[in-house]
Amino acid sequence: MTTSQLTPGVVAGRLRAGDYCTNFADVAPPLDGHEARVAADRCYFCHDAPCITACPTGIDIPLFIRQIATGTPMAAARTILSQNIFGGICARVCPTETLCEGACVREAAEGKPVEIGALQRFATDTMMRAGPQPFGRAAASGRRVAVVGAGPAGLACAHRLALLGHEVTVFDARPKLGGLNEYGIASYKAPGGFAQAEVDWLMQIGGITFEGACALGRDIMLDGLRADFDAVFLGLGLGGVNALGIPGEDLPHVTPATDFIADLRQASDLAMLPVGRNVVVIGGGMTAIDAAVQAKLLGAETVTIAYRRSRAQMPASRVEQDHATANGVKIVEHAAPVAIHGAGAVAEVEFAYTAEGAQGLHTLPETFRLKADQVLTAIGQKLGALPEGLTLAGRKVAVTGAGRTSLPGVWAGGDCTPGGEDLTVTAVAQGRDAADDIHASLMA
Amino acid sequence: MANLASEFVGIKSPNPFWLASAPPTDKEYNVRRAFEAGWGGVVWKTLGLDGAPVVNVSGPRYGAIYGPDRRLMGLNNIELITDRPLEVNLREIKAVKRDYPDRAMVVSLMVPCDEESWKFVLKQVEDTEADGVELNFGCPHGMAERGMGSAVGQVPEYIEMVTRWVKANSRMPCIVKLTPNITDIRRPAEAAKRGGADAVSLINTINSITSVNLDSFAPEPTIDGKGTHGGYCGPAVKPIALNMVAEIARNPATAGLPISGIGGVTTWRDAAEFMALGAHNVQACTAVMTYGFKIVQEMISGLSEYMDTKGFTSTGQIVGRAVPNVTDWQYLNLNYVTKAVIDQDKCIKCGRCYAACEDTSHQAIAMGADRVFTVKDEDCVACNLCVDVCPVENCITMKELPVGATDPRTGRKVEPYANWTTHPNNPMAKAAE
Ligand SMILES: Cc1cc2nc3c(=O)[nH]c(=O)nc-3n(C[C@H](O)[C@H](O)[C@H](O)COP(=O)(O)OP(=O)(O)OC[C@H]3O[C@@H](n4cnc5c(N)ncnc54)[C@H](O)[C@@H]3O)c2cc1C
Ligand SMILES: Cc1cc2nc3c(=O)[nH]c(=O)nc-3n(C[C@H](O)[C@H](O)[C@H](O)COP(=O)(O)O)c2cc1C
Ligand code: SF4
Repeated sequence: MTTSQLTPGVVAGRLRAGDYCTNFADVAPPLDGHEARVAADRCYFCHDAPCITACPTGIDIPLFIRQIATGTPMAAARTILSQNIFGGICARVCPTETLCEGACVREAAEGKPVEIGALQRFATDTMMRAGPQPFGRAAASGRRVAVVGAGPAGLACAHRLALLGHEVTVFDARPKLGGLNEYGIASYKAPGGFAQAEVDWLMQIGGITFEGACALGRDIMLDGLRADFDAVFLGLGLGGVNALGIPGEDLPHVTPATDFIADLRQASDLAMLPVGRNVVVIGGGMTAIDAAVQAKLLGAETVTIAYRRSRAQMPASRVEQDHATANGVKIVEHAAPVAIHGAGAVAEVEFAYTAEGAQGLHTLPETFRLKADQVLTAIGQKLGALPEGLTLAGRKVAVTGAGRTSLPGVWAGGDCTPGGEDLTVTAVAQGRDAADDIHASLMA
Repeated sequence: MANLASEFVGIKSPNPFWLASAPPTDKEYNVRRAFEAGWGGVVWKTLGLDGAPVVNVSGPRYGAIYGPDRRLMGLNNIELITDRPLEVNLREIKAVKRDYPDRAMVVSLMVPCDEESWKFVLKQVEDTEADGVELNFGCPHGMAERGMGSAVGQVPEYIEMVTRWVKANSRMPCIVKLTPNITDIRRPAEAAKRGGADAVSLINTINSITSVNLDSFAPEPTIDGKGTHGGYCGPAVKPIALNMVAEIARNPATAGLPISGIGGVTTWRDAAEFMALGAHNVQACTAVMTYGFKIVQEMISGLSEYMDTKGFTSTGQIVGRAVPNVTDWQYLNLNYVTKAVIDQDKCIKCGRCYAACEDTSHQAIAMGADRVFTVKDEDCVACNLCVDVCPVENCITMKELPVGATDPRTGRKVEPYANWTTHPNNPMAKAAE
């Protein structure tokens, strides 16, 4: 029996074989040389440019664009990568509409910013196609640093430390390098195995050893690392997920959206990946959008994102919301989940309408139900288990300065720390800055 | 719609837009299509003597300079005069003129520097019923090495001599086309007038090397590994051409001598500017080589609309209108004071004015919190650089200080008109009476 979009339940192979390839192709295809020149010509080369300020890694954007415009994309790539070694993935996944492009004066002038993200991709692609990562290492310092977590924070830290002459060991609970670049980012944002290609390229700098499938708290302990290494950097990300806390949450086919995405990113054949006929995604951030769109692209008949506040308040940007609706995802606002119904498997999700009042958000008495064979929860990630002794700030690891934790010799950065938004580019900036700070303290 | 009818040295055309002597006018096929598109006249591609025609290179003959988005700003060429037989060109000229009697048909000529050659070719041209001739004393490459083109145009005595031969041997109006590759454009214009020319046209192309290939280390365009200087034209040369036209228009020795303005004419506005500086009509080449014949439609509609809004009823009312306002530096009003003003509503906060003024001018722009840029009147010398580098039109403007107001930069009151000739710092100042 063949399956289709209308097959009830959670099943694999809803689409024809060729459709998967089309659906999961590059969401924003690269600029060719001519397009890049045209796009680069639009840059005004602003003084103390607002786009630089808006970039968490502070890339000198007008300079790299001028380098593209004058026919030297390799020099442009160096400008980018010297600030942000993950310039390639950032060019693909950064919400540029709220970062650099949002600050572009041509956004103010005519509502059409310079295509900074696409130009950054053009330059970094050119360099990655040309060969190895371009940085050489300083003379060996004789110092050893442990980095726990191989996401963008950890790897940006490791790369910068290696560059400065230190020996680095990177530990990660997962078998592969990359963190959410590899297990979280929507597959159509970085298709063609880009995340792995990029970390392989980055690791060419040398001096970085990777210990995969090695979890802090299980296989290694913080005390041990502090004893064995001259410094420790924690880039643990947010391993846990928030629970809904409503009846029916433990029914089969109610799963965290991040797990669904991780399975999708690791699937060797998308046609083998099961997806519901009617999928309900609960949440309003980037994870909710990515899970919903990818469920739709896998062949779900209906996909609905339910968010408890208004669309304007969604953490996902307007561009991301539009991307979801353009792909056939329905967004329902002012809906808070109160129960998941079903006998043996999920059948319906019940929501209460909400309203914004003087005391904040409250639910109204009236409820409604959405049909669902699969429910994906995306109401936020939280820290996983933490080693003893680290002071917390709210629900994250407290840091001062460039990522110094409460424990001497231990730094932290990325999603597990409070500064900035939880974005790839922020993680890179924090990892890099911590590395510089570690270097300064090791060499002092 | 305003009447654009134009008369130039007795030659009538429905509008003042002619095609300059160049590839667009090199053959019947082109010129017929140009006339169909609406061009008022053409100067046919330069003819030489009969016998074996000249030979052009068979590799690239053009090079280009680009602005943003590959907009062609300047073109350079190493083409020679027509490489088609004289009798073919003459036959075609006759046929086209017969079919388009209302359009101007002027024939460009370049023959060796002896009276017999000119006499011969002029007779041939007269037989075509063409309206006039233009003497190509401007071509800077290839022909100059053979003692023609700019080799003649750079020596006023030769210009005068050849012009005299042409007037002595023909009843046709004679336009002398000038080369800009000379120090003072007034001298060749004066020589043309002395020789009896009915008009001058300018500019021909400027000696240039467009670019150098940094792999082969050869100038571009490159012919089998070598390059040579070619003639530069297109929008980039317009400012040079405008100045030369104005110099001739305001020179008492040539005042009133009709001028056909050439050099970077691309839009109706360019044409109107040439005319305001004393050109009676204009000729275009690079613009049609870039965009095709159709652009004349915009030139026609644009100039008419402009004339209607200004209440001009004939193109003659534009001609020379700006000439009285072209003066020498020494007569500029040194008491005239303006200050740059930034319109905060239009400002997009790029900061280019700040970088320009802070790094290269007078440190007269302040950058406040939140990227608010304001002019410090006490430092602004009104150089206009901020206006020039601002990407938003009319965002930065110059405000004039009235006579009697105090200039915060100098602390002095703005006085009425006075120029350098009477300025106290001028050692040669005439005593103010
Ligand atoms: C679904 C999804 C989509 C996203 N899309 C975007 C996007 O489009 N653009 C964008 O800018 N950002 C996006 N983000 C956010 C972005 O991925 C993160 O901000 C970024 O990856 C944080 O980097 P990090 O290095 O701090 O953490 P992570 O990338 O989470 O890496 C942490 C690493 O630490 C490891 N680890 C955790 N605990 C332990 C332990 N105890 N022992 C050993 N190893 C451990 C994990 O296995 C992981 O590899 C998305 C996030 C999600 C969840
Ligand atoms: C505002 C200005 C003033 C200049 N003043 C002088 C000058 O006093 N002496 C001089 O030799 N050249 C002067 N120049 C010419 C420049 O030195 C230079 O030769 C010219 O601008 C061409 O170079 P560029 O177009 O690459 O800048 C001046 C140029 C500008 C734009
Ligand atoms: S006019 Fe010149 S001096 Fe004045 S503010 Fe502008 S750039 Fe500065």
